[in-house]
Amino acid sequence: MMLARFLRKARALFVLYLGYMLEYRAEIYLWVLASVLPLILLGVWAHAAESGAYPLSRVEFIRYFIAVFVVRQFSFIWVIWEFEDLVVSGNLSQQLLQPIDPVWRFVASHITERVVRLPLVLAVVALCFGLYPDAFWLPTAADFATAFVLLVLAFATRFALQYMMSMLSFWSERAASIEELWFVIHLFLSGLIAPLDVYPEPVRRITELTPFPYLIYYPVNLLLGRGAPFGQAALVLGVWGGLGWLLQRILWRRGLRRYSAMGN
Amino acid sequence: MPDIRVDDLCKSYRVAVKATGIGGALRHLIRREHREIHAVQSVSFQVEPGEIVGFLGANGAGKTTTLKMLTGLIRPTSGQALVAGEVPFDRKRRFLQSITLVMGQKQQLMWDLPALDSLKVNAAVYDIPEAEAEARIARLAELLDVNDQLRQPVRKLSLGERMKCELLAALLHQPKILLLDEPTLGLDVNAQDAMRRFLRDYNREFGATVILTSHYMADIVALCPRVLLIHEGRLIYDGSLSGLVDRFAPYRQVRLDLAEPLERAALERFGEVEALDGLRAVLIVQRSRLTETVARVLAELKPRDLAISDPPVEQVVGRLFLEGVVSPIGIASPIPAAGATGTTGAAGTTGAAGESGNDPGSSP
Repeated sequence: MMLARFLRKARALFVLYLGYMLEYRAEIYLWVLASVLPLILLGVWAHAAESGAYPLSRVEFIRYFIAVFVVRQFSFIWVIWEFEDLVVSGNLSQQLLQPIDPVWRFVASHITERVVRLPLVLAVVALCFGLYPDAFWLPTAADFATAFVLLVLAFATRFALQYMMSMLSFWSERAASIEELWFVIHLFLSGLIAPLDVYPEPVRRITELTPFPYLIYYPVNLLLGRGAPFGQAALVLGVWGGLGWLLQRILWRRGLRRYSAMGN
Repeated sequence: MPDIRVDDLCKSYRVAVKATGIGGALRHLIRREHREIHAVQSVSFQVEPGEIVGFLGANGAGKTTTLKMLTGLIRPTSGQALVAGEVPFDRKRRFLQSITLVMGQKQQLMWDLPALDSLKVNAAVYDIPEAEAEARIARLAELLDVNDQLRQPVRKLSLGERMKCELLAALLHQPKILLLDEPTLGLDVNAQDAMRRFLRDYNREFGATVILTSHYMADIVALCPRVLLIHEGRLIYDGSLSGLVDRFAPYRQVRLDLAEPLERAALERFGEVEALDGLRAVLIVQRSRLTETVARVLAELKPRDLAISDPPVEQVVGRLFLEGVVSPIGIASPIPAAGATGTTGAAGTTGAAGESGNDPGSSP
C-alpha cells in the first residue's frame, strides 16, 4: 500500500516535471551546448598527447573527454539555485503547505531534465565521432551497466551534498555562491579538466578520499573499459552522501525556524 | 472544541538598520545595527467549526504574519496556536491535510502547464484515489465555472480564471480549515462576486471554517458575520461587523436636501463635507455633537429635508485602513480578551503606522 502510494506520487511528479522540462527544452539545449568545456579540453589534450609525454594516447584522450562530456551532462546538479530562489522569494511556502517533502519535486525535476537532455547529448556525441572517427568506441554492456550504477550513485551523492549546501539559503540570500567554490575544487579533482592519470600519485590518493573522482573520472573510466574500484567508489560516495543528507536534515529543521525570522 | 485556538501569539523578528550613502554602507559593514519588529503581539482568539471570520487590518498590521503562523509556515516567538487540534509548526501530515492557505499574490500551479497537470499531482500528494479526485475536480470546476480552462496552460488564463484554478487546487483535498489571504486581489467586480458566492457555498456544503483577509470590504460584508481587527500587531476588535461600525465610527452621516445651492465652505462649519452635488449634501458629524449640530443646521440652513444614518461599513473600515485605525475622533485601545467589545478612548495619536508596509508576511 505504502509502495503503491509512493509510486503514484513518483509517477505524477515525473509526468508533471517532464511536461515542464519539455516546455523549457530550448533552454535546456542551450545549457547542454554551454557545457562543452570537456570538448574544448579534448582538442587541447589530444594535441598535447602527440608529444608522447602523457600516460594516455591521443585517441584515449579524445575518448576520455567525450565520455566526460556525457557523464557531466547526467551528474550536473542545479538544486541550489532553485532552492535559493524559493527561499528568497518566499515561494517555498507553497511547497511547505503540502504533505510531501519539497526535495521530491527537485529530484523529479532533475531526473526529467536528464531525459530531455538525452537526444541532444547523443547528437553532440555523434558529431564528435564524426570529427574523430578513429576515436569511435562502444562500451561493453557490463561496463555500461556498471558505469550507469556508479553514475546514479554519483548523482545521488552530488545531489545530497548540493541540497545540503542549499539549506544555507535560510541564512544567506546568496548561498549559491558557495557552489562557485565547490566548482573550482570539482574542476581539478573530478577529472573534468584532466584525467587523474596525469596527477602525482600522492595527490590521487588524497583525492580518492573525496567524492570528486567518483563523480566524473571513475564513471568515465568504466565507460572506456579501463575499470574502476567500484566497491571503494560506492563506499566513499555512500559516506559523503550520507553525511550530506544527515547534515541537510539538521540544517533543514534549523533553517525553517530561520525562515520565519526572515519573514518570507 | 474550536477549530482554531490562539493564545497570546507573538511574532518578533530582527531587521538590519542601515543608513544611506557610502558612510552608512561602511558603518553597516563594520558594525551591524538591528531593530526588533514586533509583528504580532499577544493575539488571542478562537474560531469555532464552520465559522467565517474576516481578518481586517491595514498593510503591515500583522494579518499575513498571523495567517502564516496558523499554517505552520513561520514559528511563533511565543504563545500558542492550535489549528485542527495540532501545533501548526510541527507540520504533521494530519494537520496539512486539514488546512489550506490561499494567497492572492502567490501561486502553486505550474505557470507553463495546464492546471489539470498540477491538480493530478495534488491528488497523488494528498492520497486522493484517482476516481475520487476526478469527481472532486469536476464538481469544483463546475462550482467555479472553470471547466474549459483546466486544460489550458495557466499562463494563458486571465487573472480571475487563474485565481479560480488556484482555489480549486487549494481545495481539492477538501480541507476543513481555509485561510484566505486576499483571495479576490486584482479581480474584477464580477470575478470577485463569483468568488464570494463560491466561498459561501463551500462553507455551507462542507461546514468549512474560514478566516479571510481582504481589502475589499464587499468580501467581508458578504461573507463574514464576525470580524477580527488587528492594528500594529495587536488584536483590537473581535466581534460582529455591526459592532465594529458602532465602535469605530462614532460619527453619523447627515443627509441634506438644501433649499438653495451653497458653497462647500458654508457647509464645512457644521462638519466634514463628504459629498456636495447641487442641492444634495452629505455631512459627517461626530455623534457627541450630533444634536447640537443638527439644531444649528436646521436653524441656519433651513434645509427641505434632513436624514441621519450610520455610515456604510465599507466607509468605516476604509477609514480605519486609511487612517491606521486612528480616526480624527479617537484611537481604539486593545481588547482584553476575545469577544470583548473593549472601549474607545480619545487619547494619543500614532499616525498612519499601518501604511508603513513592514509586515514581513505581506511582502515576502
